[in-house]
Amino acid sequence: MGDILTIFKIAIKAIWVNKMRSALTSLGIIIGVAAVIVMLAVGEGTKKKISDQMSSMGSNLLMIVSGSTTSGGARAGFGAQPTLTLDDAYAIERSASHVSQVAPGVETTGQVVYGNQNWSTRITGTTPSLFAIRSWSVEEGALFTDEEVRQSSAVAILGRTVVDNLFGVLDPIGKTIRINNVPFKVAGVLKSMGQSSMGQDQDDTVIVPVTTALKRLSGSRFRGTVRNIMVQTYTTADLPEAEEEIAVLLRQRHNITGKKQDDFIIRNLTQMMESAMEASQTFSLLLAAIASISLLVGGIGIMNIMLVSVTERTREIGIRMAIGAKAWDIRLQFLVEALALSLAGGILGILTGVGAALIIKTYISGFLPIIITLYPMVIAFVFSGLVGIFFGFYPAYKASMLNPIDALRFE
Amino acid sequence: MALITVENIYKVYNMGDMPLEVLKNVSLEIASGEFVAIMGPSGSGKSTFMNILGCLDKPTRGRYILDGLDITGSSLTELADIRSRKIGFVFQGFNLLSRTSALENVELPMVYSHVPNNERKQKAVKALEAVGLGERIDHMPNQLSGGQQQRVAIARAIVNDAPIIFADEPTGNLDTKTSIEVMTTFYKLNRDAGKTIILVTHEQDIANYAKRIIRFKDGEVVCDEINNKRTEAE
Repeated sequence: MGDILTIFKIAIKAIWVNKMRSALTSLGIIIGVAAVIVMLAVGEGTKKKISDQMSSMGSNLLMIVSGSTTSGGARAGFGAQPTLTLDDAYAIERSASHVSQVAPGVETTGQVVYGNQNWSTRITGTTPSLFAIRSWSVEEGALFTDEEVRQSSAVAILGRTVVDNLFGVLDPIGKTIRINNVPFKVAGVLKSMGQSSMGQDQDDTVIVPVTTALKRLSGSRFRGTVRNIMVQTYTTADLPEAEEEIAVLLRQRHNITGKKQDDFIIRNLTQMMESAMEASQTFSLLLAAIASISLLVGGIGIMNIMLVSVTERTREIGIRMAIGAKAWDIRLQFLVEALALSLAGGILGILTGVGAALIIKTYISGFLPIIITLYPMVIAFVFSGLVGIFFGFYPAYKASMLNPIDALRFE
Repeated sequence: MALITVENIYKVYNMGDMPLEVLKNVSLEIASGEFVAIMGPSGSGKSTFMNILGCLDKPTRGRYILDGLDITGSSLTELADIRSRKIGFVFQGFNLLSRTSALENVELPMVYSHVPNNERKQKAVKALEAVGLGERIDHMPNQLSGGQQQRVAIARAIVNDAPIIFADEPTGNLDTKTSIEVMTTFYKLNRDAGKTIILVTHEQDIANYAKRIIRFKDGEVVCDEINNKRTEAE
């Protein structure tokens, strides 16, 4: 065996002689590697997006909403007839043992007025438990308390967007605003949360005690009923048992017996998020698998060109053998050539892929979240090397098996 | 002891049903320092014989002892190793690698016989100087005349200090003047460096540079004699 450096030089030279051909041969690998890099970057981005969503929503969550109801044989859709009450929420809080927080919620939209300014926004009625679940805090003033909920106090917590539109530079704390003509005292301003992952402005909101909302704000069509009840358990493992506990409790409270259909639905939000995460992972794996088919096709292209090259250079192979090259030397030479082609393709592919990912990130990241990590690059580089060795082996073997006399006679 | 000993060599090709005997029972010895011309018409088996002596081919039957070593049963890898250490080839078509400088062409055998990098260049330059091409080491083959290309090939054949040089019709592509140049180079390598030279040719003028002429016909040695009318080159 000649020394590896010299063999490497010979290979580079052979590739350089046919620049155009080598470039076209590597193109398959370039495209394959670039596609794998972009697909994995999108996959990574999607994973991040979902996990961000999960952490902003809070963990270990169950969401209870009204189910369908039947009256006189006509079935209404989910939530058409609110069936959950504030008392349901209190009952869950009292008797479900796996539950740490219970936050009943009502929602409406309302016109908020301060002085001569007004602003239409989303009004949420809830309890301090929601602040705990969502880890919300105030940047000014204070959150309302359980005591204020019990007393149906007319206090409101404003989001940053509402403050900016109603008060401008003025200090809102302690001021009185009117929501649908009902006066509320501003108790605090929520810390800005920015856009949600769905593009919604999370600061464009007003939070009031759920009791106050039910008693004073019209728009909740059915007095005493709530839109949903958010339940947090201590651990993820508690979720199934909590679900069971709550179902039994609510069936009992709503007088649902035997085979009668539940008039409520318990959604395991954490589980939903996890399955969304799994689905996105499966999807990005699938995309990467499709992309790697291109890598395979690129490898076949390398094999094709190497076979052509072996035929073209039969005489050269004969000369090398006559002056002392062993089969192993010839094999190594062509293998190194194939490897150099595929690795060059791999490096260019990584650059192209990262470039494409950066372009997507800059221009359409709202649509396709992108996160570029080192690990897919290493994988792609190693894989392109393996493709080179795998598809370069047969042509190299063929070259090394030539008979020197025939090879020398080859015109 | 002879450098080359072949005993009862046969080379048989199976062409269809009829076996074709290219070499029939050839036995001879060549001593170290000889200058032998192998002559014969096309199809006489002289090239096949040279390929066997040069370890590029194996005989179907018979024994071949090279430098005291019986290589009849050697593997292809072992033969390649013997070629790189003991044998230099010069071909009719020069067989230099194109787009590769004279120096790199001459360095090539040393790549395959593990001569260290720094030593390679030194020896290659020396070999090129020995054939009178010291000024043209960086020329590509297509920048050299036929005679010069053949001398690069000779430099390549001697660079590994191989004791034996095989030349297959080395002047076949050259005009008379450059043929004389090339043959003079062989003559001097034999006389001054003591190389054993085995030359295959069908031209009597070229064969006359040799000390001994072996004639083949139909796969057999028909004449093996000392050359009395030897051309003395100077």
